[in-house]
Amino acid sequence: MKRIIREQKVRNFHQAKWDEPVIFELHKPGERGVEAPQAESAIVAAVGDGVSVIPDSMKRTEPPALPEIGQAKVLRHYLRLSQETMGSDFNVEIGQGTCTMKYIPRVNEMMIRTTKLMELHPLQHEDDVQGILEVYYRLDLAMREISGLDRFSFQPSSGTQALLTMASIVRAYHESRGEGEQRNEIITTMFSHPSQAATAVVKGYKIITVMPDADGFPDIEQLKRAVSDRTAGFVVANPEDTGIFNPRIREFTDIVHAAGGICYYDQANANGLLGITRAKEAGFDMCFFNLHKTFAAPHMCGGPATGALGVTEALAPFLPGPVVSRSGEREHYELQEPGDLSIGKVRSFHGVAQTVLRAYAWIRSLGAEGLLNVAQVAVLNNNYLYHKILQIPGASAPYIKGNRLEQVRYSWQKMTEDTGVTTEDVTRRMCDFGLHYWTSHHPYVVPQPFTLEPTESYSKEDLDEYIQALVQISKEAYNEPETVKNAPTRSTVHRINDSSFDDPAKWCITWRAYLKKTALPQAEA
Amino acid sequence: MAQPKRAAMHPYIPNMIPEVQRQMLNEIGVESIEDLYRIIPDELKLKEQMDLPPALSELELRRHVDRLLSRNHSTQEVVSFLGAGCWPHFIPAVCDEINQRSEFATAYAGEPYEDHGRFQALFEYQSLVAELVDMDVVNVPTFDWAQATSTSLRMAARMTGRSKVLLAGTIDKDKLKIIANYITPDLTFELVDFHTETGELDPQDLRNKITDDTAAVYFENPSFLGTIEPCGQQIADIAHEAGAVCVVGVDPISLGVLKPPSQYGADIICGDLQPLGMHMNYGGGQAGFIATRDEEKYVMEYPSRLFGIAPTIVEGEYGFGDVAYERTSFHDREKGKESVGTQTALWGITAGVYLALLGPHGMQELGQTIMQKSQYAAKLLGQIEGVSIRLQSPFFKEFVADFTETGLTVEEILKQLRAEGIQGGRDLSSDFPELGQSMLLCVTEVHAQEDIELLAEALGRVCSRVMKGVNS
Repeated sequence: MKRIIREQKVRNFHQAKWDEPVIFELHKPGERGVEAPQAESAIVAAVGDGVSVIPDSMKRTEPPALPEIGQAKVLRHYLRLSQETMGSDFNVEIGQGTCTMKYIPRVNEMMIRTTKLMELHPLQHEDDVQGILEVYYRLDLAMREISGLDRFSFQPSSGTQALLTMASIVRAYHESRGEGEQRNEIITTMFSHPSQAATAVVKGYKIITVMPDADGFPDIEQLKRAVSDRTAGFVVANPEDTGIFNPRIREFTDIVHAAGGICYYDQANANGLLGITRAKEAGFDMCFFNLHKTFAAPHMCGGPATGALGVTEALAPFLPGPVVSRSGEREHYELQEPGDLSIGKVRSFHGVAQTVLRAYAWIRSLGAEGLLNVAQVAVLNNNYLYHKILQIPGASAPYIKGNRLEQVRYSWQKMTEDTGVTTEDVTRRMCDFGLHYWTSHHPYVVPQPFTLEPTESYSKEDLDEYIQALVQISKEAYNEPETVKNAPTRSTVHRINDSSFDDPAKWCITWRAYLKKTALPQAEA
Repeated sequence: MAQPKRAAMHPYIPNMIPEVQRQMLNEIGVESIEDLYRIIPDELKLKEQMDLPPALSELELRRHVDRLLSRNHSTQEVVSFLGAGCWPHFIPAVCDEINQRSEFATAYAGEPYEDHGRFQALFEYQSLVAELVDMDVVNVPTFDWAQATSTSLRMAARMTGRSKVLLAGTIDKDKLKIIANYITPDLTFELVDFHTETGELDPQDLRNKITDDTAAVYFENPSFLGTIEPCGQQIADIAHEAGAVCVVGVDPISLGVLKPPSQYGADIICGDLQPLGMHMNYGGGQAGFIATRDEEKYVMEYPSRLFGIAPTIVEGEYGFGDVAYERTSFHDREKGKESVGTQTALWGITAGVYLALLGPHGMQELGQTIMQKSQYAAKLLGQIEGVSIRLQSPFFKEFVADFTETGLTVEEILKQLRAEGIQGGRDLSSDFPELGQSMLLCVTEVHAQEDIELLAEALGRVCSRVMKGVNS
């Protein structure tokens, strides 16, 4: 037979397209997805039907209008929807910058699926949960070493919740010193995650945003002008979402401390820093790591997750409780309830135990040297990608020209000016090659932005595939812009008409709302 | 014979091959990886290797983790009657199959194009819960019930421009800690008394406490103590007369048999999705939902993602996307509504699968089974000398058993039950001193008749030992 030639530079991809109905359309009266467990006959004999005791005011009169669907049909439907979802397992997942989409080790996923964890109740007696408490404790120790801080809580269940927790601690700290009213401002920076500002507002703070200087660093002169006896705290990521590390960070924290503020560190962008530099030396009082980013827990379509929150000894009494401690010489782990200074709780029970176990397992599979390798290769991969992307017509990376750490926020400004093709068009076109691509949070400070973070998980060939897709799209933009503007053509769906999404008369957030708002005239129906 | 040294090559890090690294460094135009870190000042650099335990191979890791977890004794090994916010329920295998799919488990924040399936599955979840609560809008889920309540209260405060909230006194005190932290400093709260004989909210106390600065009245049905609140409409009416929003928390698994709060005056409904297909996972299965009517004033106050359905340029094709995105902090930073970010989306998808499997009749039958089994347990326990079923109201899934007359503390009883291999319920004596030495017990469809009888017999033995002492 003849040799099969495979010369195309970009992947000849097509996303699964099942044209699946909405689940209510699978309804067939009488079908069953699963049998509901029944009470034993002796129980029925003893208590009767169980429901006639419900007062009439509280009896459900009509069963919920859920669909009736056989089990295989339900399974098939959701398996098809899963195939129409681009999980990070399936692609060179470097396009969701700031999210650290790294390889999710299968062994960790396997190990959390044990009844020893899945069927554990959070209020069980301490003696029955020694295994998971030890995992919490050991992860705390590892996190202390990685950050240089003194105590961790794994209760916050995302970066956003960790930020809210830190803003709460800032407030409780100043209140404990009688300065709660006076210190009512939190300073953040423009290239930090929007949740930094948003959660501080929830805790009653006024926000001061420090803008980038000409090189992309947060402007230290602005910070000097911003601090005062009203400063409660300063929150920042470093590197910020530009991938630019602020080398003067210690000066920043000194300035804030001199004004009496607390410095807290968003370590969402920590992947290039493991074993290289830490929160402690940079002068931070608190930090958090996303275990679902840097520490290889999966993102689960957007949670559940963990924002591992570390503090200095001085702030430990303010942590939400309980925290896990080890008692005496014997190997016994305890849930330690916090004292009066604690902010209380931020999430039910003990956070997301599965993610805590995954992160612990990941650290154990790498060790200190492995974590350093992670950081170094993440930075190597990023700079290789950066170097290659700057050669693509129409692409640039604003601010300093030197190397970046683990990610870069790029710009298609020139390409948009030259061709009219926008970064949103590129987002849709990248689907046609089986790849994710993300622009930026709003507002777009970098014009026509895109943010890429290659992590340590991808090989040079993987990176080349991603680069090649961008090269191809740039070429298309300059030669046949309609191809990019009309994308996707090889994904599950085509361009969505989103004009209803901001119109209260037309938006449909549930199937029942859709049926009401799009009712057909009687004759057609 | 000495083994040759194996190359340092970690399976998770492909670009550790020295020649590949060299090639990449040449492309970049630097000598070494260290050069890429030149921007970090020396004084910030870690001088020594971190002090962490040595790396384990996959096989060693499995052995290590197995050994650690073997020290856990789960509710499959110890019969447990704990609920109190995290409940044991039957989980259909299809729920696990779907939420373990690697497409869903490893997806994150993709666009509606590459992640069409994720958007559709979450839209369907919203739509299925909407039927359960009989409301037209449901959010992409938040962290847990406590967060859902906290956000509902803040939504009510923004809508009314008021700053006080009234909460039913039966509320779980741990949940209250979360709410108190989240609504402070903008809002203040006050607890409304409940009747300690029935668990019902005291409408007179509510009337006394409600003012023209009350943004919301919040109660749960069933309450944290398991009781069914019969006067929901009356409470909602009192709230509405004062211009406040009525927020009701609900255990969604009760809604096959209990009336959805939207039918007795609730404006915002919230609750926890964990009963709908999530393993307890030591508390890692919690997920909060919020539901409202489809009115702009409500929709625009959600901080959460809300996924909507829309046409595409191709006739007959469904598309999905974000509704009113500009209200979120993703779009508007500190001017957005509270904050949004990673929450518990996969549990939302799983809850959708669960509801699709159970269907209308399954939810009804399951609710009935839970009521029968928990009533049976209460009946057996109520027959034990010295034990009384404290709140004389119909209950769902959980009930309060009072041991005061035995002269034993709940702590002591729990200890003696443990000696018999049973994990009793949640000790209420410190959070609800007005209920004496009481325990909150949870009985669901997972408890077999013999589990319930085992508990009753064990408690009978524990109590009779002391009651004999009391009576002699």
